[in-house]
Order: sequence, then C-alpha cells, then structure tokens
Amino acid sequence: MSDTHAQTVPFVRDTMLPEAEPPASEMGAVKWIRENLFNGWVSAVLTVLSIAVVAFLVYELFPWFANSVWNANSLTECRQILDGATGACWAVIRVNWLQLIFGFYPPDLYWRPILAFVLLIVAVAPVLFPAAPKNLLYFSAVYPFLAVWLLWGGTIWGVLVAAMGFGVGYLALRLLGSFGTLIQTGGAVIAALVWWILLAAPIIDVLSAALPIGIEAVPSREFGGFMISIIIGVAGIALSLPLGILLALGRQSNMPLIKGVSVVFIEFIRGVPLITLLFTASLLLNYFLPPGTNFDLILRVIIMVTLFATAYMAEVIRGGLAALPRGQYEGADALGLDYWKAQRLIIMPQALKISIPGIVNTFIGLFKDTTLVVFIGLLDPIGRASAIRATSDWQGIYWELFIFIGAVFWVFCFGMSRYSMYLERRLQTDHR
Amino acid sequence: METTNTAVNRSQMTVSDEVAIQITNMNKWYGAFHVLRDIDMTVHRGERIVICGPSGSGKSTLIRCINRLEEHQKGQIIVDGTELSSDLKNIDKVRSEVGMVFQHFNLFPHLTILENCTLAPIWVRKVPKREAEETAMHFLEKVKIPEQAHKYPGQLSGGQQQRVAIARSLCMKPRIMLFDEPTSALDPEMIKEVLDTMIQLAEEGMTMLCVTHEMGFAQAVANRVIFMDQGQIVEQNEPYEFFNNPQSDRTKLFLSQILGH
Ligand SMILES: Nc1ncnc2c1ncn2[C@@H]1O[C@H](COP(=O)(O)OP(=O)(O)OP(=O)(O)O)[C@@H](O)[C@H]1O
Ligand SMILES: [Mg+2]
Repeated sequence: MSDTHAQTVPFVRDTMLPEAEPPASEMGAVKWIRENLFNGWVSAVLTVLSIAVVAFLVYELFPWFANSVWNANSLTECRQILDGATGACWAVIRVNWLQLIFGFYPPDLYWRPILAFVLLIVAVAPVLFPAAPKNLLYFSAVYPFLAVWLLWGGTIWGVLVAAMGFGVGYLALRLLGSFGTLIQTGGAVIAALVWWILLAAPIIDVLSAALPIGIEAVPSREFGGFMISIIIGVAGIALSLPLGILLALGRQSNMPLIKGVSVVFIEFIRGVPLITLLFTASLLLNYFLPPGTNFDLILRVIIMVTLFATAYMAEVIRGGLAALPRGQYEGADALGLDYWKAQRLIIMPQALKISIPGIVNTFIGLFKDTTLVVFIGLLDPIGRASAIRATSDWQGIYWELFIFIGAVFWVFCFGMSRYSMYLERRLQTDHR
Repeated sequence: METTNTAVNRSQMTVSDEVAIQITNMNKWYGAFHVLRDIDMTVHRGERIVICGPSGSGKSTLIRCINRLEEHQKGQIIVDGTELSSDLKNIDKVRSEVGMVFQHFNLFPHLTILENCTLAPIWVRKVPKREAEETAMHFLEKVKIPEQAHKYPGQLSGGQQQRVAIARSLCMKPRIMLFDEPTSALDPEMIKEVLDTMIQLAEEGMTMLCVTHEMGFAQAVANRVIFMDQGQIVEQNEPYEFFNNPQSDRTKLFLSQILGH
C-alpha cells in the first residue's frame, strides 16, 4: 500500500522550465555541414575537390566577367577599351539585341510581335492555371488566328477564311451524324482540307477585293531571331499534344487500319532525324506540291517539327495509358460512358498526369530543336549570331553571343520544367 | 418462381413476374478456351441471386457478359428488353441501366468522391449538376459516408471505397445491380459494413446478381443460389435447400470446402 502511495505522490511544478538550445553539434550550420559535406571520408574528399574546382573556375572566369565591356560598336573598340586585359564584350549583345530577337522584322512594326507575345501569355493563362477566369478560353481559341494575322499581317480575310475551315469541318460532322463515327470524322477532315486547299485561296481573293481590310504584310523571310524560335516552338507544342493524344489512341485502337497507320507513322518519324525532315520541308516538298503553290517556309517547318514531336508525344502518352489499371476502363464502361467521354473524363486526365515529365521533356526538346532551322536558311538566334559574327565589326567574337542565346533558351526551358513540377504537385490526388 | 422464404426480412422483398434478364443458350470462348457453356438463366425483377463456385469457374465472366464488359459468341442475352449485340447504342443503354460493383472498387482516383458519383449522371444521363450532386449526397448518406464527399478515393478505407462504389452505381438509378466479389478484397472488419449496405439494397427490392463466397449473406438475402463449375451452371436452388440438401457431388464438395473450416 505504502509503495503505490510513494509512486503517486502529488507533484505541482512551481517554476516552468525555459526553452533551451539544442547542443551545438545538433544545430544549424555545424550540423548541416557535418551531415551533408563531411559525412564519411569519401564525401569529405569529394567536398574538398568540388570546392577546388569551383574556386579554380571562379579564379579563371571572374576577370572575364568583371571586366565586361558594355559600350562599344565593334570588337576592335572593345579590345581598345580592355587594353590587353581579358574581359567579355557584351557590347555585341547591346548593339544587336533587337536583331537577335526580331531578325529583319521591320522595326516600325515591332509592336506587332510584342503584342502577339503579350496576348500569348493571356491566351495560355486559362490553360495553365486554374485560377484564371474560364471565359478566357474563348480568347485562347481565337488567339492562333489573331497571332498569325498580327505577325504576318496582310488581309484579315486570310485568317478568317482559314478559321472558317474549322466551321466547315464541324458542319460536315453534324451533317454526317447518322453514318457512324469513322465516316463522320473522315468526312469532316476531308471537308476541311478541301476548303483549305482548294476553296480558301479564291475566296480570300474575292473577299479582299470586295472589302480590303488589312495591315501591312511582312513576308516570312524577314522573320528571325528568338521570335522565330518562339513561333515554331509554341505552334509545335500547341499542336503536338492533341495530335500526340490522337496518335497514341490510334495505336491502341482495335481497328486494324487506324492502328496500322498510327504505328507506321510513329515508327517512320521516330526513325528519321529531324534535320532530314526539315530539308524535306525546305526542298523536296516543292516537287510534290502543285507547281506555283507558294507554301510558306515557316509553315512547312512548323508542320515538320509538329509531326516530329507528335510521334514522340504519342509514345510518351502511350506509356501513361499503359500504366492505367484495366479497372479504370471497366469502371468507365460499366457506367455507360462512351469511348470519347471515357477517354476525356477518366482515361486521359490520369494518363496525361502520369506522362507529365515525359510530355514536358518532349516540349523542351522540341523548343531547343527549333535551332536546327538554321540549316535550312531560317535566321533563328543561332543563324543571327553567325550573321553577326560574319560582319567586319564583330568578326572573331563568339562566347558572348552563344552564352546569351544559351541563357535565353535556358530561361524558357527551366520555366517549363518548373511549371511541370508545379502541375504534378497540384494534380496529386492519389495520396499514396 | 421461388416461393419459400425463410429469413424474416425476406417477406418484404417482392419478386415480380417481369423478366429482368433472359440468357438463353449462351456460350463464350477466350480464344480456343470454352469458358462459358450453354448458360440458360432467367432473372425476374426483384430477385437476389448469389453465384458461387470454385475459382476459374467463369462466375466473373458470366456477370461481365451481362453488361458486355465481355462479349459472348453464341446465344442470346436480353437485359431489360434490350438484346446485347455489337450495336453500340444498345450496349450503352444496357450499361446505363445496369450498375456494377467490382472487387477492386475501380473508383476514379483523380476525382473526389462526389465527382465520382456525379460524373456518369451528368455526362450520360444529362442531369443538371446541382441535381446530380443532390442525388449523390442522398446515396452517400445511404451508404453512411456523406462526410467523405470532398475527399479523394485514396484517402478512404477499403470498406468506405466499396460503399462509394455502390453509391456511384446507384446514382445512375440502375434497375439491376451486379456485384463481382465485392468483399473479397476487404479486411474482415470492413466486410460487414459493405454487406449491410447490400442487404439494405436487397430489402428495397433491387434486382441483384452477386458473385460472392459470403454464405451468410446468401442465406440472409438470396432467393436463389447458383453454383457454377467449369463454365456451366451445375446446380441452383433456394438457399436453404442449396446449403442443407445439395444434390450434385460437385456442389457437396465445394460446400464442404468453403464451409468446412
Ligand atoms: N481475358 C481473358 N483471357 C483468357 N482467359 C481468361 C480471361 N479472363 C478469364 N480467363 C479464364 O477464364 C476462366 C474463368 O475466369 P473467371 O474470371 O470468370 O473466373 P471466376 O469464376 O470469376 O474465378 P475467381 O473466383 O477466381 O474470380 C479462368 O480459367 C480464367 O483463367
Ligand atoms: Mg472472378
């Protein structure tokens, strides 16, 4: 009895203990350094080596950056200013940055690509961020036509008639409603193609003769610089995702014709280097197209880059589809959802979510591949840089230009990569 | 039609003369493998049928043929007056009338519980969103988890997920419910909550076909037990007779195995 009593003797604390610091070895910098940098002798050696390498690089490169020259009109002038010391000549960027961005686009019309770029941000906002108002999606739908008109200018009827092609396709879709999905889709595609290839040109001529509304036209050969990379990159990205989805579904189809066409397309495109496709676009297509057709070079390149990215995209998405358990298809089927609704509401949201890293990977690859267009004579940033280096003023300069171009590409690609990480976090609902 | 009803609550459950499912001379092959052979079966509205049999006997395949998750190659299946053929319109019609609950729930992990329940009514039945949500909450209350409506399936226990799956099917107001081993992926303490939901459904007169090895459930609610082996219906009877007086040797063997321990 007395034992139990001893254990339960009443106790009341009269002074509260103050909060104490943990021992120094468990705290802040000391702890962090010990755990992350000197955690065993291998890591200690690696740490010391890395510090040495970084120190060496800083020692070698620091003067080059520190002595940067910003105001000069030629490399010779830069060298005079530097007077024998090593130093970067960023003046080349300062003098040529407008050309690096716009190419030979008429300077008094720079506002058009700038406006198109700003509107691009507005148009993608509702697609990228759920917080953006959903009504903006209507603007996103109009944007491609608006952007084309702003960039290339000319009569407004061009883009309007092109847009009508989609209307024609939709009309065919409604009219053929009773014939089954395959005929319906095929008919709609054919109707739209007939419109674009055969009817569009004469209709545009008639309309612009009757009602000439337009802005100054800028031909494709005046495009250049980062503008061209962004145009090709954005168009390729926007087109290759939906087409890649269709192609991935085609490859999984149980209709032999559709499956066959998809497989052949994917395997062909993946087996061919992009540069050959680009050469095809610039040279060979002239042989196949009816003589006299003036098929814009940038448009051809966009088509080729898109086809290329589409094949990769299809394979990435197929991976996502394969990762879905069969039960998801069955669950959707059992509820009476038809094929397209099941794809749209159940299958694709999950398959695309799984494929986000691969999709963004393909996007980044596509964007960087746009630099290849230099080989077919489009003056993208690399092409512009070569042209600048060929002038007598800047002959012999190269680091500064390529570092600048690399940095701009890096910013875009890093942005995409960060966005994909954000998206993955936002869509994480499986609570594994 | 069955007449002997032993369990007390069974008196409330009425079986009508109306035919809900008519299967005649149905055969199915997986490649060369003859998985279902000459199945003949009539299900009346309001019937609760339990299908049992050894693993691989074709139970799942049979009920999956009824909403054409599997295609049969010979014979006829008529569900609610609609014959199942390759006509896609008929298939979608039947599927929206027939609810199905799977062993592994097959909830959609990217949607909340509420969205899981409203998706099909909104997109298939074209019910306004508001109304679909009200219906969904009604059925979630019925399966006793309305407070989970805004969570995701991954945040729920197995038993809760299965009850959501039942609610999701019910939101389509089906006239027939199919269950494929709804409790066999669940821990024992969760089986009861799912069975209670199913019993409640049976009491309300739902036409049910249920593949299960829960013999207590069969005895409590079924008005017919079908025993399958090697793709054939070997024996069917009302539950009391089936369990206490099995006729075929295969049935006796099967029952001794599952009730034996
Ligand atoms: N997709 C398929 N392709 C080929 N064979 C299949 C397929 N699905 C099932 N089978 C075979 O058909 C037979 C019946 O399968 P089913 O799933 O209907 O059996 P079950 O009675 O439901 O068994 P369990 O109690 O294990 O679920 C089995 O032998 C199985 O191996
Ligand atoms: Mg089974």
